Amino acid sequence: MIRKIALGTVAALALTSGAALAAGGHKEITDVDFAHEGPFGKFDQFQLQRGLQVYMEVCSACHGLKYVPIRTLADEGGPQLPEDQVRAFAEQFTITDAETGEDRPGKPTDHFPASGMEGAPDLSLMTKARAGFSGPYGTGMSQLFNGMGGAEYMYSVLTHYEENPECAPDGIDGFYYNTSFDKGAIPDTCKDENGISTIPGSWIAMPPPLMDDLITYQDGTAATTSQMAEDVSSFLMWAAEPKLMDRRESGFKAVIFLVILASLLYLTNKRIWAGVKGKTA
Amino acid sequence: MAGIPHDHYEPKSTGEKWLHKRLPIVGLMYDTIMIPTPKNLNWMWIWGIVLTFCLALQIITGIVLVMHYTPHVDHAFASVEHIMRNVNGGYMIRYLHQNGASLFFIAVYLHIFRGLYYGSYKAPREITWIIGMLIYLLMMATAFMGYVLPWGQMSFWGATVITGLFGAIPGVGGAIQTWLLGGPAVDNATLNRFFSLHYLLPFVIAGLVAVHIWAFHTTGNNNPTGVEVRRGSKEEAAKDTVPFWPYYVIKDLFALAIILAVFFAIVGFMPNYLGHPDNYIEANPLATPAHIVPEWYFLPFYAILRAFTADVWVVIAAEWITFGIVDAKFFGVLAMFGAIAVMALAPWLDTSSVRSGRYRPMFKWWFALLVIDFIVLMWVGAMPAEEPYATISLIASAYWFAYFLVILPLLGVIEKPLPQPATIEDDFNAHYGKSGGNAVAQPAE
Repeated sequence: MIRKIALGTVAALALTSGAALAAGGHKEITDVDFAHEGPFGKFDQFQLQRGLQVYMEVCSACHGLKYVPIRTLADEGGPQLPEDQVRAFAEQFTITDAETGEDRPGKPTDHFPASGMEGAPDLSLMTKARAGFSGPYGTGMSQLFNGMGGAEYMYSVLTHYEENPECAPDGIDGFYYNTSFDKGAIPDTCKDENGISTIPGSWIAMPPPLMDDLITYQDGTAATTSQMAEDVSSFLMWAAEPKLMDRRESGFKAVIFLVILASLLYLTNKRIWAGVKGKTA
Repeated sequence: MAGIPHDHYEPKSTGEKWLHKRLPIVGLMYDTIMIPTPKNLNWMWIWGIVLTFCLALQIITGIVLVMHYTPHVDHAFASVEHIMRNVNGGYMIRYLHQNGASLFFIAVYLHIFRGLYYGSYKAPREITWIIGMLIYLLMMATAFMGYVLPWGQMSFWGATVITGLFGAIPGVGGAIQTWLLGGPAVDNATLNRFFSLHYLLPFVIAGLVAVHIWAFHTTGNNNPTGVEVRRGSKEEAAKDTVPFWPYYVIKDLFALAIILAVFFAIVGFMPNYLGHPDNYIEANPLATPAHIVPEWYFLPFYAILRAFTADVWVVIAAEWITFGIVDAKFFGVLAMFGAIAVMALAPWLDTSSVRSGRYRPMFKWWFALLVIDFIVLMWVGAMPAEEPYATISLIASAYWFAYFLVILPLLGVIEKPLPQPATIEDDFNAHYGKSGGNAVAQPAE
């Protein structure tokens, strides 16, 4: 189910659209079969709920989701929490009211809090901001066939922490080597004479956030690292593109309508022109 | 009035006569929609309708987006997310607008290359061609400024790079750049003026489109043979033409429906495929993205901009002749605008008396090479500025200029054109067979 694809470097990137251009180094992205992938994929409501739990118990310590309104947790196609649960969920946050300037418990109409830690990016749109890195080999075609690709990137970053490579056994102080994260620093000892990185990934400031049984899932699912990574990646995909399923449905309806319309117009066109083409005798 | 002779609107009822005497608007609409159109137009003549549709689509979706968008550096990004998440159908309207720009440019490039192959730019259609080029320039300006509005990373850095081009103009460049930006750097003033102009320019385009249509309705459409419609009498003209309604309206709508089916498949299933993922990160003046890549439709000209580096001999020569006024950066800017200028001058650079590429055996191959050249430029435009891309973009840029400045003028002299049909009717009959009849009635081509 899970297969590893090491994305090639320059040769593979030569095939990509401008959207998929990556920085010099290469990285390892694991292809995950998410439920939302494929033209008719749908989010798994229970997976999104588990992902929400991972997000709240792990990620939200540093990161934020400031563009996501809490009430959307009840939306169809999302985690679909019951309304009373959403209300209770919102109340755990302390919100400084924009009008009164006073602190009050959160309401469903409020948004998730922003990042609480400097340097920890907001995750609302992160899966879309990293969507260009979908395989196979960065052509981006799997955006259509395997979903948007950003969720795979998220999963890979969460699970691809590794020992420092041979070229830099001591690593970088305060940073962690991650074979899927290519936006961080790379020591000069890990670069060739042209300054091109010789290792996959780079060093990231975020310590490995997940380990087996870090949390206890409310639904009893075994909380392995890869399970948690998959769940939270799926949740963040929903957070970035909550209307994914609606959009595909609208697109599908429009295509069906247009194909029928085009067929009728084809026949009309043929009939109209038959006279002109016949008259030329 | 000039033009192809045909039946005009005759007011019949008292009310119609009353209106026609005061404002002949019904007559104008009748003449426009019933315009005699060469009956041999092929499928490359559909892009005009597609472009008209795109303009309407962009204006309508744009007006709705403006109802929910906030042009302020602190709120622009969040207001786009508000549209995507909270506005009813907002995600669809926004994705239609975003991908509509791509459809617009696909159509305009095919429309332009159609014109280049069939010699639609030649006399007497120079004005149509020039206005078309103006529309294309305005489209690029509008698309560029629209891309800045979501205030993502590529919006911000794209604006910084492109306005920086004007800064390369010797002497006054810095002042022009500051004037464009409304300050020393891309900031709120920039966002506001881009928003204002992004709303204004589409209506200027709409006005120019009306003039574009007026111009070619005066000269008549070109057609695949490049042979003019006979205008001696109504009867003669009728042998070469059919009225636009219903023949071409239905044909064009059929083509439009097919194109829109593909368009909606992209909007529905892969709406971000043509965009840059970095634009889902809010603009940050302190963090420069690793690669600043323009949208795909700017890539060919972006490649020409970057092709002329300081070590290219023409750049060195230009710098020496102008005592250093024209440096590599300014040369690149001149080359980019020059690439569009030479295309606009095609009516005067092409010396051949034959209009359509169909009857020009040598031209055909040079034209095919130009199409390949354009695609190559688009590809290298997305590549990093290093070898082998630098050399490829230089060769490809050189061919672009050579085509317009050397090949088109020379071909008219050395090429021996093939015989052309005497009339459009002959061409049409040859295509559908003298016997005609429903047996061979199928869509052209």
